Amino acid sequence: MRNAFAAEVTEMAQRDKQVVLLSGDIGNRLFDQYKEVAPDRFINCGVAEANMISVAAGLSFCGLRPIAYTIAPFITSRCFEQIKVDVCYHRAPVIIVGTGAGLSYASLGSTHHSFEDIAIMRVLPEMTVMCPADRREVRLALRQALAHDGPVYIRIGKKGEPDVHACDPELAIGRGIVLRKGKDVCFLSTGNMLAVAVECAEQLQAHGVSAGVISCPTVKPLDEHLLSQLFAELPLVCTLEEHSIIGGFGAAVAEWSKRHSDSGAGLLSFGIADEFMHETGDQEHARRQFGLTAPQVVARVLSTLSTQSGERS
Amino acid sequence: MKIEIAPTAATAAYQIRRVASDDYPKLCREIRGCVLEMSGRAKTAHLGSSLSCVEILAALYGGMLTIDPSHPTAATRDRMIFSKGHAISALYATLALFDFFPASSLSEFGKHGGKLPEQPSPWCQPGVEVATGSLGHGLSIGVGMALAAKINRQHYRVYVVMSDGECNEGSVWEAAMMAPAHRLGNLVAIVDFNKWQATGRSEEILALSSLKDKFTAFGWNSFDVNGHSVEALLTVLRGSIDSDKPTAIIAHTIKGKGISFMEDDNNWHYRIPNDEELRAGRKELGLL
Repeated sequence: MRNAFAAEVTEMAQRDKQVVLLSGDIGNRLFDQYKEVAPDRFINCGVAEANMISVAAGLSFCGLRPIAYTIAPFITSRCFEQIKVDVCYHRAPVIIVGTGAGLSYASLGSTHHSFEDIAIMRVLPEMTVMCPADRREVRLALRQALAHDGPVYIRIGKKGEPDVHACDPELAIGRGIVLRKGKDVCFLSTGNMLAVAVECAEQLQAHGVSAGVISCPTVKPLDEHLLSQLFAELPLVCTLEEHSIIGGFGAAVAEWSKRHSDSGAGLLSFGIADEFMHETGDQEHARRQFGLTAPQVVARVLSTLSTQSGERS
Repeated sequence: MKIEIAPTAATAAYQIRRVASDDYPKLCREIRGCVLEMSGRAKTAHLGSSLSCVEILAALYGGMLTIDPSHPTAATRDRMIFSKGHAISALYATLALFDFFPASSLSEFGKHGGKLPEQPSPWCQPGVEVATGSLGHGLSIGVGMALAAKINRQHYRVYVVMSDGECNEGSVWEAAMMAPAHRLGNLVAIVDFNKWQATGRSEEILALSSLKDKFTAFGWNSFDVNGHSVEALLTVLRGSIDSDKPTAIIAHTIKGKGISFMEDDNNWHYRIPNDEELRAGRKELGLL
């Protein structure tokens, strides 16, 4: 996803002379091409994220379109007040890109994990929150963010994530992307869990369960039309994300369903438990720890469907 | 009292009025009078902080800034970020006296449903660039605006008025390191160094001194100036800007300046004047 971000932002800077890329002293060599295309519109702000966000706001107040980029926890929780006041309160069209989100940097330890960024970004008025799933979604999300007249947080992974989409999907802010339809359960996935969602649906098919998969690159605003349909038609909806089960995508869907749906559809939220990860391990290891691999998800879904069917009969 | 503000040849084309040097004492008394009335009427704090920065604002609006009150968002305007947002009554008063909005609007300060909140908001009245109620944001935003001028090849200057207590914030020093790295000669920071912050002497709470040496060490073109002398402020602002370095002006001031029983008494950070104190203040300012 990182390379897709660098490629897209380079093309955007070439097309749009208002685009300015700010980096928090990361991305060594990643932006070499960008720097060739727009040398005076690349600003390394150093290891000073609070300043970087306010500088981005100042640039935007003068008609430029800043894109601030660094590792997810450092560009969200470290400089939260600058995002709240300088960006959101002023409705500044600043694009904030957090890389290595969720468990992407699992092996680096808790300082580099971001299980809380969706929660603290989506609570801010005016903020749009996007979590693209693969390289194609990263590029499309960036284009949507640049066309949007307001603050956008884009949460991306690292590199090497599987490509889920074979061609560019139709991606718009506040709209889900239906990959497959199901009759028994539907997986709503945000960010890099989409490949797991697809795997889950395939495994469930072998158990005779018809599972749909929808990619939700926008966490805020939610695709309310789609949610209304799903909760009205299906007995079970599952959310998948590399984020805390508190305050993230699953929580947003749960809040929505409690307020807007009385269908009785079940909701399972797959995410990271309310705890720090103290042991060492890579992303796959961390996903196993938090029950986020396809076999673990499938087992929980089957068990829930079986309980639901027992209750009905 | 109406301030006579004479246009000069240099500014007439931009509809920007300049204050004649003899009129500054009168202008400053008028700003202080408005500040006192606003605090008394709305029963709001931060009177001492507002009174200490009056000459700084008078010098900027009367002698430096190219901001047309009729076109306060023109792309080529100078930017003035009032980063010590708690002292906003001084800026509101100045903006009203320079016709950014009617002086009658000052009565809305702190009122329910009014347009002048106790901490600045860009949505309130023309002339307020950004919301700065939380300290330590203004200088960084100023760096962004100064960088934008370079990118957009524009020639405006960015002025940031800060408090000494504000310099406790780490983000100030992040911005202070960034500005010289980008040779932002179009950026001017003015610290209203009144030697007090909310609950004590600023030097005793965190070791601020010497602010000038600190900014110089960070690569700024720095000056110590009498912050209650409009002439001294304008001399530095007009004659000592380095086009290759940001400029820091440490304006030495007295908290509560202009009303003797408030001067250098930090109780007036939060205290609200009663009727008797309002009368005494008006009298000292020559408004009675």
